[in-house]
Amino acid sequence: MKILLKNVDVIHPEEKINLKSTTVLLDDGVISNIGNVNESDSSNAREFDFSGKLLVPGLFDMHIHLREPGREDEETVVTGCNSAAAGGFTGVACMPNTEPAVDTAEVVKFIKEKASDHLVDVYPVAAASLGRNGEIISPMAELVEAGAVAFSDDGVAIKTSSVLRRAFEYANMYNAPIIEHCEDESLADGAMNEGINSTLLGLPALPSVAEDIIVNRDILMAEYTGGRIHIAHISTKNSVDLVRDAKKKGIKVTAEVTPHHFTITDDAVKSYDTNVKMNPPLRTQADLDAIIKGLKDGTIDCIASDHAPHSIEEKESEFQFAPNGIVGLETTLGLSLSELVHKKKLTIEELINKLSINPRKILNLEVPKFDKGSLANFTIFDPEIVWTVDISKFKSKSKNSPFDKRLLTGKSVAVINRQKMYYDGQWIDLTTA
Amino acid sequence: MALSSRHLLGLQGVPKEDIQTILDTANTFREILERPIKKVPTLQGKTIVNLFYESSTRTRISFELAEKRLSADAINFSISGSSVSKGESFKDTIKNIEAMKVDMVVVRHSAAGAPLYLTKICSSNVINAGDGTHEHPTQALLDLYSIRQKVGRLEGLKVCIVGDIAHSRVALSNIFGLKTMGAKVSVCGPSTMIPRDISELGVDVITDIDEAIQENDVLNVLRIQLERKAREYFPSIREYAKYFGITQERLDKNGKDILILHPGPINRGVELSSEVADGSSQIILYQVTNGVAIRMAVLYLLGTLN
Repeated sequence: MKILLKNVDVIHPEEKINLKSTTVLLDDGVISNIGNVNESDSSNAREFDFSGKLLVPGLFDMHIHLREPGREDEETVVTGCNSAAAGGFTGVACMPNTEPAVDTAEVVKFIKEKASDHLVDVYPVAAASLGRNGEIISPMAELVEAGAVAFSDDGVAIKTSSVLRRAFEYANMYNAPIIEHCEDESLADGAMNEGINSTLLGLPALPSVAEDIIVNRDILMAEYTGGRIHIAHISTKNSVDLVRDAKKKGIKVTAEVTPHHFTITDDAVKSYDTNVKMNPPLRTQADLDAIIKGLKDGTIDCIASDHAPHSIEEKESEFQFAPNGIVGLETTLGLSLSELVHKKKLTIEELINKLSINPRKILNLEVPKFDKGSLANFTIFDPEIVWTVDISKFKSKSKNSPFDKRLLTGKSVAVINRQKMYYDGQWIDLTTA
Repeated sequence: MALSSRHLLGLQGVPKEDIQTILDTANTFREILERPIKKVPTLQGKTIVNLFYESSTRTRISFELAEKRLSADAINFSISGSSVSKGESFKDTIKNIEAMKVDMVVVRHSAAGAPLYLTKICSSNVINAGDGTHEHPTQALLDLYSIRQKVGRLEGLKVCIVGDIAHSRVALSNIFGLKTMGAKVSVCGPSTMIPRDISELGVDVITDIDEAIQENDVLNVLRIQLERKAREYFPSIREYAKYFGITQERLDKNGKDILILHPGPINRGVELSSEVADGSSQIILYQVTNGVAIRMAVLYLLGTLN
């Protein structure tokens, strides 16, 4: 079928496209024309009026937890993809800390198979070490062949410098980055950021230096081996400075930040609400300011949600016993627009780079093209709509978000990918007549 | 005089007038404890649950005695370990107990914030009997009361809290309570046991025990935890005792009177030498007696608020 997207603003920073109130014609989910649609071609097309909306290359979240296999009560590949589509994402990379861990080709294929019919592209990140134990590197060649795009022991840092070295050396044969959850295990026995708030709340604390030490170790090892390091969910001022300096030296380092780390601080923990318990923990205003600066100057390459679904019963417990993490796929775009674009910290083009272009580049994936004959991979969002987050409406199986009832400006309207469209709660097959 | 809150979760933010009211009320109950018949009918018909998620003999007995002397019906509910190991969630346990129609809950828990969480899921008055390394307000109140009774004032008094400040709920509650009442507060202990940001609370940090003795009117000496985990914070018991233990020799060297408190139980020969623990400066057992009066005051003030 043909669809006609009318009165939409089209932006593709990579291709230097910036068209105001234009028309896009798709035929069976393939781009027919952008900007110069003539009436005879679009006569029998289904029309969508997207006035005031932005059409950009489909958003990509390179750090999410799909929980399948193992914790299907919290999320499955399909429900996670539904959540991604609802949040405006057409592609995701999922982390390997499942049960079993993603350390064999079979598990990679299992996840890809589960997502094979979905609009959302799913790229598994495989474990860097067998069982994420930090002892022996995983069978990286086989994992890459099965479809893994990066390696990580996410949840923890790779345990020792020697295994880290082997992981860099081996992964580098396939140009695959090592994604690190940077945290020195011996300093990591805490439930929130160490500071005046942890003292006042009497909670065991996790010092920011635990992150900085591993960021530093990993940068040094990336330099030594020539490997590629991607710092997951960066959260401290010192780590941002370390990444900035390393980039200046030409070391192959990239970094991501979560929306919660640029939106709220450890002041939020004063409620002992377990929905603000995450790892890395919420930090201080000084860290938040450094993160915004790092986003602006390019030190931080992308925004990733660290979407971490948890069951109600696990989160409904004492703060220090509750699991870490929050769901994020359905609030990332709204928080990014509200906190970064509307507060004039980033331009819309910079945001699209961080939410769509850069994560794909880091993972060696093709950036969606906006030319005739390419498969349409679009996110269409309304940057100005004001809405209230309602966790009961989340497509994710889990509801653990600290942003419930928060007012946000900007929301996804539709996504198009793999000849499918998700719009207004409906799945539309673009190949039907 | 009524209190401004229907719960006692900690002393952070509790107004001076409330602390004053509790201390004054405790005075009344302290007199009752000296009578041959120590029981009053004040809370007759009220049911109070002592919910102890962490073993504690003296705090629980102190609360239970306070409840019984106020003629309340006291029920003890002790669960060792966290709710996770128990199998039933904290919330379900609370909901079950509340379904049995209780008026007040006294809670001790290894997790900071558990008493606050309790106030959100049940309608009873909640009293914190110690949560993690957060607060232990009735202990601090009885310390304040004991100091006030012995010295006659709190305003302008110099008080030093000695020991493992970072892992002590007694320290934090004492800091808040003492500062609200106008005392000048310092802490003394090995640097590994002092929170990095403690000075933001307006307390001085001292690392020399002789200086702490010399500069202060009162020492509140905390128990040093000897379990394996706590032991990571200092090299050896011998070294702790030698450099931070209070001995008679150290007190004599100072030459002036000093008041010594200890929340108990004491590690004799570690934070206090036996001579000091039994000596004329300490008021350890006096604190224990006052503990019952303070808890009676808190229970009475909260229990008759509604």
